[in-house]
Amino acid sequence: MKKYTTVGKPEKKVDALSLATGSAKYVDDFEIKNALYCKLAYSPHAYAEILDIDDSKARAVEGVVDVLHYKNVKQILHTSAGQGFPEPSPYDCLIFDTTMRFVGDRVAMIVAEDRKTAHMAAKMLEVKYKVMEPLLDAEKAMDPDSPKLHDASHAYPIGAKYEPEKNLAAEVDIAFGDIKKGEEEADFVIDETYNAHYGQHCAIEPHSVKTMFDEQGRLVIISSTQVPFHVRRIVAQAIDYPLSKIRVIKPRIGGGFGSKQEVFLEPLASLVTLRHKRPARLVISRAEVFQNSRTRHPIRVRLRTGVKNTGEITFLEMDSLLNSGAYGSHALTVLSNCGSKVLPLFNKIENMHFLGRSVYTNLPVGGAYRGYGATQGYFALNQHLDMITRRLELDLPEYIKKYHIQVGETSGVFEALGEGKDGVPQVVNSCKLDECIDICVKEIDWYNKYNKKITNGDKVRGVGLAVSMQGSAIPLVDMAAAYMKMNEDGSFNMNIGATDIGTGSDTILAQIAAEALDIPLSKIIVYSSDTDRTPFDVGAYASSTTYLSGRAVKKCALKVKDQILGVAAEMMDAKLEDLFTENSVVYDKRQKISKSYGEICCYALYDHNQFQIQAEASEIVEQSPPPFMCQAAEVEVDTKTGQVKVLEFVSAVDCGQAINPQLAEGQVEGATVNGIAYAMTEEYIFSAKGNLLNKGFKSYKIPTAADIPKMKSFVVESHEDSGPYGAKSVSEIGINGPMPAIANAIYDAVGVRMVGAPFTPEKVYRAMQKQKT
Amino acid sequence: MNSILNVNGKAVKIEFTPEEHLLFTLRKAGFTEVKSGCKEGECGACIVLLNGKPVNSCLMFTASVCEDDTLLTVKGIGDLHEPHVIQEAFVDCGAVQCGFCTPGIVLATYALLQENPHPTEDEATKAMDGNLCRCTGYVKIVEAVMLAAKRLQKK
Repeated sequence: MKKYTTVGKPEKKVDALSLATGSAKYVDDFEIKNALYCKLAYSPHAYAEILDIDDSKARAVEGVVDVLHYKNVKQILHTSAGQGFPEPSPYDCLIFDTTMRFVGDRVAMIVAEDRKTAHMAAKMLEVKYKVMEPLLDAEKAMDPDSPKLHDASHAYPIGAKYEPEKNLAAEVDIAFGDIKKGEEEADFVIDETYNAHYGQHCAIEPHSVKTMFDEQGRLVIISSTQVPFHVRRIVAQAIDYPLSKIRVIKPRIGGGFGSKQEVFLEPLASLVTLRHKRPARLVISRAEVFQNSRTRHPIRVRLRTGVKNTGEITFLEMDSLLNSGAYGSHALTVLSNCGSKVLPLFNKIENMHFLGRSVYTNLPVGGAYRGYGATQGYFALNQHLDMITRRLELDLPEYIKKYHIQVGETSGVFEALGEGKDGVPQVVNSCKLDECIDICVKEIDWYNKYNKKITNGDKVRGVGLAVSMQGSAIPLVDMAAAYMKMNEDGSFNMNIGATDIGTGSDTILAQIAAEALDIPLSKIIVYSSDTDRTPFDVGAYASSTTYLSGRAVKKCALKVKDQILGVAAEMMDAKLEDLFTENSVVYDKRQKISKSYGEICCYALYDHNQFQIQAEASEIVEQSPPPFMCQAAEVEVDTKTGQVKVLEFVSAVDCGQAINPQLAEGQVEGATVNGIAYAMTEEYIFSAKGNLLNKGFKSYKIPTAADIPKMKSFVVESHEDSGPYGAKSVSEIGINGPMPAIANAIYDAVGVRMVGAPFTPEKVYRAMQKQKT
Repeated sequence: MNSILNVNGKAVKIEFTPEEHLLFTLRKAGFTEVKSGCKEGECGACIVLLNGKPVNSCLMFTASVCEDDTLLTVKGIGDLHEPHVIQEAFVDCGAVQCGFCTPGIVLATYALLQENPHPTEDEATKAMDGNLCRCTGYVKIVEAVMLAAKRLQKK
């Protein structure tokens, strides 16, 4: 394997020191004088019609500048899903609607001189509601007598199936082979239903936006977004304002995990600046993040598999019911991914049927969340595999190795299931899942612990394992671009649309450029995510940045390098084929002379045939090479109380060549802990009327350093030929395994199948009691 | 109300209302390195050191801070040009992802190592119990604390 100079090295994150010393700026750190304070007012009812709003008392409060609501804001249907255009999400929301579809749907926004005034005025708002019986159960959403939450004027811009008369926000139905034949061939059928629950991203920085006019009267939006270019487009659409007059800047972002792929605050703050010719600030509270932003879609997954006594799966049927909440943001694509990122992993199954439905309810709105449907799907699949192998007394790790997709193989699912349209056929070019499994088996000491029920008093130990794959960008949909120019000292400006939200993409993309140009990382000056000054990139989602934006950067850097070599050839009167580069110097191997990059740039800028050494490049990808992962847990279950303690957690990932192994490990560790917490403590608790009761870190528990188990993470050696220097994605996949691995471990310990999480003492205890009776 | 706060060794004139929390006073005064994550004392992003002890500035009334008290923010222990050993250790270990929680965690580390220069990994972990990080999974944060302790011992 070729030795790299910068790629594969744990280079320090280019922005890390500015973050650790507090000089880096997030949205709310920009001091913008005279900014208006914005405060949203929300519906207390899960389902209601606003009959009237009287804002006179609120407006009468001194210091209140405006009150925005349905009466004074243009009603333009759009989606808040920050996706490519046309979006694979229904246009089903307005900036302010008269129908309130969940507790926390927005009623109005108070605009005031200061915080105190805005909060006081929000209480003075008089709203008359016609309160209606809410729809709180996704299973009942399609019943004929259920209330219909959206009307026929709502539709997909891409024309996907959408039946508001059934509360159906999306439907996917694909099949190949013959299920009947599979049923006949099966020796037995396993049929189980699993419930993946609501979850909150909990980025520590709440969603924030500041808007202002620049000196030329153009609207500037500084936003905590994962998708600056989609923000520009959707704001232009939602407030009917020329796109050319909008500039979106993404500064440092305090985490996203999908939550900031949603464009729901930027149009509001923009309206305030347009109406009042003043800057505006809209930063939501932690409670608002929980209730009013976006969540992980709960998905009920019923899995039916026919199995031969040899272990061969003769058919698989997955029936997924996604609770989209009040609006259909990502309702189609998360649903699709519940199948498309899960089912290809076991590609030997000849007869397959995936039926997915997304339905509206009067509950909080789902959206993009790390894992994006795959997390929910793998919760089901991995437990199912455990059930099959237990029943047949087969070895789970070896069973998975025998049946998972291999290099050179494909799956019909790739082609059948895309992102709101047909997928793209693809063959797997790299897969080190077997190595990942071996690492987990060894590190968790599988064969000495599996089925051993090691007991200590009331406590019993168990081990569990889960595998998963994800993708790397959306093939033939996502596009990324990069621009580079050379400076006199041999440094390079690199302007990229790619969006670093804390992931380290500025760093790894600079590493890729440095590798291509044969220069140290310090010679790259990165500037990213500014719609005026960087080329387009879809943004930080779909595990796309390393693979897709990385390819654009590499292509761009190689174009620049060609120009460098051209100038060097002219300077040294050399032949191109005699030239080679090493650490910022071009050598002519024939004449044994050289020119430094600095000399070459100075020649190009000042000396002869002057021009700017510069290039741009765009990339789309034809495939979405999956990273693969195995994860294993050891748990201890207290049989007296049902309390589960995760003692140890092992993850091993094949993400192709890790551009920066330290950052790749960080992605795995962060995703894994998020996944463990989703499995163990995190849940949305609702009142009988659909009111979210635990809107804060006091009652929605995410872990601190003291809560995490012993963790081991491994990045295996791998190479994806189509990736930049062999890279695939790594950011999402790690969240898929913890919940099923822990569930399987609980089964191993106490023999109860946990089909719903989080695995609280109460739930586990009840499951054990139920099993006894 | 008016007062003078001693922040990072400098006297800072401030104006504040009686019910105002220290977090907002500091951010208003330009100390934007003190972050606002939850305003309920749970996430620790707003931690500052008050007379050397970490406090959640979102819960502390500005009015309760005396002119004699010393306040330290993350910029007070080191900056871009002269970073503190702890800040460098966080960078070196890859313990900084989005960085929003980092100022609070760096200060919690600073307070820990002042009090206990040779913490065990367990003690380091417990000292971070008031800080939430959603990006890193804490593994590299604990590594950074241990590395900082080691480097400080050598100094």
